[in-house]
Amino acid sequence: MTIEMQVPALAPTPAGPPLAELRNIYVAFGGVHAVEDVTVDLHAGEVVGLVGGNGAGKSTLIRVLSGAHTADSGEVLINGQRVEIRNPRDAKALGIETIYQTLALADNIDAAGNVFLGRELQSRLGSLDDAAMESATRNVMGRLNPRFRNFKTPVKSLSGGQRQSVAIARAVHFNAKILIMDEPTAALGPAETAQVRELVMQLKAEGIGIFLISHDIHDVYDLSDRISVMLQGKLVGTVRKERVTKDEVLAMIIMGKQPGDVTQSDLEELHG
Amino acid sequence: MTATQKTIPGEAAKAPVWRTVANQFLSRPLIVIFVLSIVVASLISPAFLSTRNVFNLLQQSSIIGIISIGMTFVILAAGIDLSVGSVAALGGMIVAILCQDQWPVALAIVAALAAGALLGLAMGSIVALTSVPSFVITLGGLVAIRGLTLLLTDGRPVFGVPEELKFLGAGFIGPVPVVGIIFILVTIAAAVFLRLTRAGRYLYAVGGNADAARLSGVPVMAVVAMTFVVCSTLAAFGGVLLTAWLEVGQPTASAGAELTAIAAVVLGGTSLFGGKGGVFGTFVAVILLSILSNILNLAGVSPYFQQITTGLVLVGTVLLNWFIARRAAPMA
Repeated sequence: MTIEMQVPALAPTPAGPPLAELRNIYVAFGGVHAVEDVTVDLHAGEVVGLVGGNGAGKSTLIRVLSGAHTADSGEVLINGQRVEIRNPRDAKALGIETIYQTLALADNIDAAGNVFLGRELQSRLGSLDDAAMESATRNVMGRLNPRFRNFKTPVKSLSGGQRQSVAIARAVHFNAKILIMDEPTAALGPAETAQVRELVMQLKAEGIGIFLISHDIHDVYDLSDRISVMLQGKLVGTVRKERVTKDEVLAMIIMGKQPGDVTQSDLEELHG
Repeated sequence: MTATQKTIPGEAAKAPVWRTVANQFLSRPLIVIFVLSIVVASLISPAFLSTRNVFNLLQQSSIIGIISIGMTFVILAAGIDLSVGSVAALGGMIVAILCQDQWPVALAIVAALAAGALLGLAMGSIVALTSVPSFVITLGGLVAIRGLTLLLTDGRPVFGVPEELKFLGAGFIGPVPVVGIIFILVTIAAAVFLRLTRAGRYLYAVGGNADAARLSGVPVMAVVAMTFVVCSTLAAFGGVLLTAWLEVGQPTASAGAELTAIAAVVLGGTSLFGGKGGVFGTFVAVILLSILSNILNLAGVSPYFQQITTGLVLVGTVLLNWFIARRAAPMA
């Protein structure tokens, strides 16, 4: 069932079992296949860009790993072991953290409350330890966004970049092994985007595996070690970044063409 | 009113005071209206602030207050529970019937509360598991549970209540009505739960953004079901206390209590969209509603006019909250 396309530009699998593997994943919504037989993987200390146009199925695919959706069929493997991820709680227990495109913040709760939402610190009496949560949030924020000040206000009143910082702080505070970033820079200005890129490199250096999801190849090309391209719910292919040009990836995204098959007229069409 | 008159002379010097008063009014209209109504009431009748009248007010507020505290939980999670009046009547009938059957009072109360909890669990589970609005599910509950309550005795009231139960409903400790103490304790317990526990935090998260809460690992369905269990249990408790107070189990009791409770919660500043508010607001609002009817009684106003006033105060306060939220929004 697996689609192993033996194209030269396809990535050779690095040694050892991958940190995470989504194998032959199918997801359907009311008879429409949003994801059809897709297999992708991710190694420790690696950044895999998952790209495709709107509706290509990349977010749906990755939500299977986040626990936000369950697959209709297919397997999820962590360190080579098959796992059941039924909900976001299961995913987090496996060290999988997600920064959603919508950020998934509770607007009426403050930064510390959001960072620890679902994993609150409690005092010995079993009550919420707000002081400890705030101090931990100040620590992690000091690393991510030192200018962040609004620890006491509901996150509703924060700017887009600040809200993004809260979502990132939540993902990195709990020692994630696998980080999923869905369109992490879509709502950010240039300075904040640079900050996120720097953070990605830093986390990668710490050995975290990162799935970077974007509809725009320019967002992820520089950061990615490998790039998986989806089109209409199917995987076009996975390529090592250094073996392809941006144009070749663009041809994969738009035309579903393998890197070796891109012709001069295709390139003209892409840039037309 | 007296405050503004004092600040008008010497505008320049007194401007900050005037502004402080205005800001206070604009940030907490409920408290200001509450204080104003106390001032007006004590001007109309010196008897208003007598110990006896104050505790009288507390007693009148307590049963609907306990029901409203439960309603606050459901509304904070962005739901609504229309069945509380019927559940209260059922709780009141169960305790009356079981006491007549010579059950120990404590056991009869536990049975009534358990019935409430079970009905809350049933309605809450349906709401949590489906995307059918709680309005519809609990509207079904309102009708069906009232029917069930009437069926218990063929619609007849149950007279005779043992002394221990009477004490809960109509008793006093010193000058303080027992139901009032219970109301205050329930409010404090609810506030501690909402403020200091993980489940309380989850309730706000679910009310604020259920999808974000789910993605953060919050067990959203359990939280939603829990709010209905709390609400129905407190409603049944309110019904038990009403039976204890009136010394009769009345199957038609507490009809319309859901509307009064919702009014109190909204008046107390809890958002019908969920995630914002708390039980202290509800506590103050319940007392305020009692004060309003007390004022109008003292002033000898017709009960029909009292209904009009209550409705207008509710709409006026909510409009004021809306205005404040709108004013604050651009700054956020």
